[in-house]
Amino acid sequence: MEQLLCFPDPPGPELAKALDSAGYAFIAVANAEAAGALEPPEGWSGAVVSAVESPEAAFGLCDALRRREEPVAPILLVVEAGQLGALDGHKELFDDFTLTETAPDELETRLGHLLWKTGRGKHHDVIAYGPLALNLETYQAVVAGRSLDLTFMEYELLRFLAAHPGKVFTRETLLARVWGYEYFGGARTVDVHIRRLRAKLGEENAHLIETVRSVGYRFGTARWRP
Amino acid sequence: MENQREYVLKTVEERGVRFIQLWFTDVLGTPKTFSIPPAELENAIDEGMTFDGSSIDGFSRIQEGDVIAHPDPKTFQILPAMSGGDATVARVFCDISNIDGTPFEGDPRHVLRRALERAHERGFSFFAAPELEYFYFASSEADADVPPQPLDSGSYFELTVADLATDIRRKTVLTLEDMGIPVEYAQHEDSPSQHEIDLRYTDALTMADTIMTVRLLIKEIAQEHGVYASFMPKPLAGVQGSGMHTHCSLFRGDKNAFFDADDEHGLSATARQFIAGLLEHACEITAVTNQWVNSYKRLVAGYEAPFTVSWAYNNRSALVRVPVVRQGKSESARVEYRAVDPACNPYLAFAVMLAAGLQGIEKSYELPDEADANLYTMSQRQLASAGIRPLPRTLDEALAAMESSELVLATLGDHVFEWFLRNKRAEWDEYTRQITPFELIRYLPAL
Repeated sequence: MEQLLCFPDPPGPELAKALDSAGYAFIAVANAEAAGALEPPEGWSGAVVSAVESPEAAFGLCDALRRREEPVAPILLVVEAGQLGALDGHKELFDDFTLTETAPDELETRLGHLLWKTGRGKHHDVIAYGPLALNLETYQAVVAGRSLDLTFMEYELLRFLAAHPGKVFTRETLLARVWGYEYFGGARTVDVHIRRLRAKLGEENAHLIETVRSVGYRFGTARWRP
Repeated sequence: MENQREYVLKTVEERGVRFIQLWFTDVLGTPKTFSIPPAELENAIDEGMTFDGSSIDGFSRIQEGDVIAHPDPKTFQILPAMSGGDATVARVFCDISNIDGTPFEGDPRHVLRRALERAHERGFSFFAAPELEYFYFASSEADADVPPQPLDSGSYFELTVADLATDIRRKTVLTLEDMGIPVEYAQHEDSPSQHEIDLRYTDALTMADTIMTVRLLIKEIAQEHGVYASFMPKPLAGVQGSGMHTHCSLFRGDKNAFFDADDEHGLSATARQFIAGLLEHACEITAVTNQWVNSYKRLVAGYEAPFTVSWAYNNRSALVRVPVVRQGKSESARVEYRAVDPACNPYLAFAVMLAAGLQGIEKSYELPDEADANLYTMSQRQLASAGIRPLPRTLDEALAAMESSELVLATLGDHVFEWFLRNKRAEWDEYTRQITPFELIRYLPAL
């Protein structure tokens, strides 16, 4: 599991909760030294830095993370509306920002987008669950050693579900998160793709994606209890 | 779009794809393809591939011959390995544009997209689930004296251990599932060597793409086993032909617009108007849903095919059938249009069916009475007095009905409309010049 760096230590309850509910593992750090000492062997997958409490320390940390031999990316900055002006001088220090108090959905979407764009250059990122493995760097999915020939949307849907095992998603949520409402097929599109995925997973693995009656879909079972 | 492009390029690299087939369809629904090596793919996605359209049926125009194929990265799919080739091959469907980038009017995919957009403007998404029937024959060779040779004499649900055709069909279904094409149902049909594969619903554009894929795979897998699969609508006289009954539904977001819990049959006013539209314009769209001379040999009384403009809840002789909606299954409310045959161009067929139904909704057509009697046993006079019109009985009649249809003209666009009529008239003319075995056997000894 990839670790995100999170500042400050401890992070505010809103931020911690949002990261938890989005299913991101994180390690809180208080400063650049801690960022070095606590760094997991495979490196930071990214950073979420809140500048709300101590803006100077926050920008200082971002600066340090960017100056490393292998700069940490992406960096998502959390600021207050009143701090927007301060961002101007620090554009190179972050990849995206979000206003506090961030809705968990927004944080997750922004992080997901950032990680998608930048998170695959540095190290392999694999989602593994039972017989299924998704390599996020190469976009390849393997079930029981067999490569799955997925279309892009099938891959995206499987990636999203597999990243949140045990969590039930409604069709609307999946449509919003995976398709981004671009598609006008409506929520029924989700059913179509789920069926296609199950067909490709094969009979013995189709159960990985479970239909939760009159709610939506769930992939596998949870790794933790919320 | 950026991610999709990235996904396709990365997958081609990772999986060692050797060729990418760019797929599109001519006006008659024949699959067309050209292959490009991976090195050209990035450019193909970004810029499209220019080719000479004048060689494609229905694409030719007098002045400009060149058109551009733009791969639709959403449809990128690695093809299942066929015996005899170990290179990994992928396919991607293309939209065709003119050199100036505007959509090419002769592209059937564009015709369907345009029809779907019109539905979308009214808040509807159109879903389709076809039942493809086809035959397995010993070979594709045709001889005037010998009818095509079926592989068996099996019939409906027949269970035989050594049924080669069933093996082939099973392999086909598994291959389709591997490609993410869920099969609802597969079975031996009524006629010797006739089979049916029912596809689960998708949005109509995906389904039209899927039908192109399925038809090709059915043929390829048959060929691998040394037999021939045919979608000819009526290859054998005296037994059922092959149809492509298509279940249609309209959704408004999450809600099935065809369902109404307050109606005795669960059928909404929208559904009634849609059916009324299909019926009102049925004769006009038949040339498109049944585009060959042979299609009309199927649309006769007595073989589970429709031959009248009629609808019913559960009457397999009617043109439009409304299957019973099971309790709590509001999303399955749908209407089944039974005229279509599997040798149609699915893009154009879906486009005209949708347009006819939408017209019914827009103009609030009244649905005529249900045809609850067996239409096959009714005389011409009984049908006429019940106000039931016949469907076109020949390609010629169908073309005449189409030619005067504003609806079909608007749906297909000038280019496809004119080319289609010209091409099909020529086919009919040629047919009328034939001396058939029927005539020789019946007339030569007698006259």
